[in-house]
Amino acid sequence: MHPVMKLVAQRLALGILLLFAASVLIFAGTQILPGDVAQSILGQSATEKTLANLREQLGLNEPAVTRYFKWLFSALQGDLGTALTNGADIAESLGRRLKNTLFLAACAAVVSVPLAIALGLIAVRFRDRWPDKLISALTLTTISIPEFLLGYVLAYFIAVKLGWAPSVAMINDSMSLFEKLQAVALPVAVLTMVVLAHMMRMTRAAILNVMQSAYIETAELKGLSGLEVIRRHALPNAIAPIVNVVMLNLAYLVVGVVVVEVVFVYPGLGQYLVDHVSKRDVPVVQACGLIFAAVYIGLNMVADIVSILANPRLRHPK
Amino acid sequence: MSAPLLEVRGLTIGATIYPPGERPRDIEIVHGVDFTLEKGKVLGLIGESGAGKSTIGLATMAYGRGGVRITGGEVWVNGRDILQAPPGELRKLRGSEVTYVSQSAAASFNPAKRIMDQVVEAAVRHGRFSRRAAEARAVELFRALGLPEPERIGSRYPHQVSGGQLQRCMTALALCPEPDLVVFDEPTTALDVTTQIDVLMAIKEAIRETGVAALYITHDLAVVAQVSDDIMVLKMGEMVEYGPTEQIITRPREEYTRALVSVRSITHEEKPPAGAPVLKVENITARYRGTGFDVLHDVSVALHPGQTLAVVGESGSGKSTLARVITGLLPPRAGAITFAGRALSPELASRSREDLRELQMIYQMADTAMNPRQTVGTIIGRPLEFYFGLSGEEKRKRVKELLDEIEMGEGFIDRYPAELSGGQKQRVCIARALAARPKLIICDEVTSALDPLVADGILKLLLDLQKREDVAYLFITHDLATVKAIADSIAVMYQGRLVRYGPKSEVLAPPFDDYTDLLLSSVPEMRLGWLEDVIANRRMESAGN
Repeated sequence: MHPVMKLVAQRLALGILLLFAASVLIFAGTQILPGDVAQSILGQSATEKTLANLREQLGLNEPAVTRYFKWLFSALQGDLGTALTNGADIAESLGRRLKNTLFLAACAAVVSVPLAIALGLIAVRFRDRWPDKLISALTLTTISIPEFLLGYVLAYFIAVKLGWAPSVAMINDSMSLFEKLQAVALPVAVLTMVVLAHMMRMTRAAILNVMQSAYIETAELKGLSGLEVIRRHALPNAIAPIVNVVMLNLAYLVVGVVVVEVVFVYPGLGQYLVDHVSKRDVPVVQACGLIFAAVYIGLNMVADIVSILANPRLRHPK
Repeated sequence: MSAPLLEVRGLTIGATIYPPGERPRDIEIVHGVDFTLEKGKVLGLIGESGAGKSTIGLATMAYGRGGVRITGGEVWVNGRDILQAPPGELRKLRGSEVTYVSQSAAASFNPAKRIMDQVVEAAVRHGRFSRRAAEARAVELFRALGLPEPERIGSRYPHQVSGGQLQRCMTALALCPEPDLVVFDEPTTALDVTTQIDVLMAIKEAIRETGVAALYITHDLAVVAQVSDDIMVLKMGEMVEYGPTEQIITRPREEYTRALVSVRSITHEEKPPAGAPVLKVENITARYRGTGFDVLHDVSVALHPGQTLAVVGESGSGKSTLARVITGLLPPRAGAITFAGRALSPELASRSREDLRELQMIYQMADTAMNPRQTVGTIIGRPLEFYFGLSGEEKRKRVKELLDEIEMGEGFIDRYPAELSGGQKQRVCIARALAARPKLIICDEVTSALDPLVADGILKLLLDLQKREDVAYLFITHDLATVKAIADSIAVMYQGRLVRYGPKSEVLAPPFDDYTDLLLSSVPEMRLGWLEDVIANRRMESAGN
């Protein structure tokens, strides 16, 4: 087997193992929460008898290990159970929400990743001069402001004052793609501002690191222009660290957007999770946790694999 | 007569330096240099490090490395002063009219791109050739430079070819755009002698066949004598002597040039082995963890007190691995080491403090072998504390003695490594090794990173110390001239095996085995036509076989 295939297979196996470990942690975490699910469902109307019945019905009397494996096997088959609060099928409502969240994340990624890398390249080309300082100052400012504040400020000026985009990002299936894009314009802008700085600075640092190499001098002595040197000779050698940061930020776009979703009342996964945490709806929380863990592990695994593939020494052994 | 291809007049170059603990300041590193180069001629620039050779070479492309700036003078290339040219004009010059071959091709090739893409890039970028024509030309150059599989080598990545091959690829890269001038900056310095000779011949023939002019920069006079028409000797940014190669080699006018020409002033009479050996290495076989092959096969050598055993070989011959085995960093798979009459544990961790004290080491890179944040006094004082429990005034007194022994004096005791020259740093490392009063010092390429004159001083010091302290040296080197100068016995290694071993007088006397013969005949000699003679000899021999 090609050594790269072996490394990639190792990463994949490790990713799956990690996912199982995460599922254990999620399950254990929801078990040690104080209080009793049956108690919280029944609330005031709880009596000894109804509690015992409900526990029996929910399978809460079985040992935790048995319940974990039952949960795991049904999750593997796509059955995430039903919500305790409204009896809805979790997989179905979660799927709808996940689709919305992924749509928002994808829009933000399509804007922010190329923008961050381009800004990073420009910052390197004009390092320590005004364009570099301006880019650094702007991105650091946007990352330093809390995202809810950014959200409300944008909503006030762009939606309320100028009326260019709606302040509430409600989308549904009947909308056309263009209408959807218009609806998510503001949350996408906020998310872009939040993730830009991290990726831009990593691009800048990784490329500056490479710019010290002797082969950059070779490229300069070939008479290539500044940007050509950076794009053709420095960037290919800085892929691995950049991809790592990009993936971390993509994961954040899926997993960490709760605040932005709440601000813009966007029907995404984050809001769904927050709603059900407050209602102590354990199966929903577990399912969301599993999805978030899968996204995180999956994207980081992609970053690892891209780093392996970007290394010519591994790709083309002697 | 038409105008020369390259004319440099009154060139001055400055740089900003950052001395530790002081404000940065501007200094001048090249002080007004003049020379001209006609089409198709080769000019050798020679001098020690810091002489400004590379800086001048890069100035012919109006390029300053790092904080280096060209501060004055004129550089005329093809009838225009390029120091006055706008950036766009300079980009057209670089990589088309003037190209550059650097010292380390391994570092100068982009690891992420195929060799062919890099070789033709400048020629295509400047519109000198179409991509197809440039690739055809590159293949021709690969063939002319004697690279294996010239049709296919371009599709490889830099890490997939050897150092010597990569250096030839770099030459192809420089010649591909059909430039008028190539700057060769120490193109063979990083290579083994046996590889150097082939690359040198390839470069020389390529220059002759393409009729390109060249600046050939090196610190090795014997090398530059083989390729250049004229030689310019530089010292500290100033021209010392400038004349035809033949005159510089045979009738140098200046004192400094004479010193360069006759740099090996050391003679060392071989001592017969006396008494019990201080170090006995028997049947050592070793491999690195995680690899499936041995890098040392059944190596046995012995070293007597107060003597020097030189271990010589190319990179990859296993000579440094042998040092790692003796020091305990790499426990061998088989074999035994006896040191000062007792068996030495293969593992570093289980050796006694006495073993550690009596076996010291000096490294190639004095720079990285010292903590930059410790003073010379602390560095030399550490073994005194550790092995002898000295402290305070007593320790300081001993440090001063050691500083006197290495001919530096107590004035250096509170200096930091960054304030020392390369030779001084290596001397401090010697003093640190000596402080432990060892019976054996392993010297791993200790003079390889130094200029010839400085290296000479270090070797003299080592020999003097050996007489006084009766310390034995295991001297690892690839430089045969050094071996001749200081060894009592010699071990020649090749691909992890000992191919020849014995007293110096025997090892260096015929009849030779094939490898030792190749090694000895590859050492450049300071005479015109040496390169052609060697190559002609080898061709005759291979025809005779």
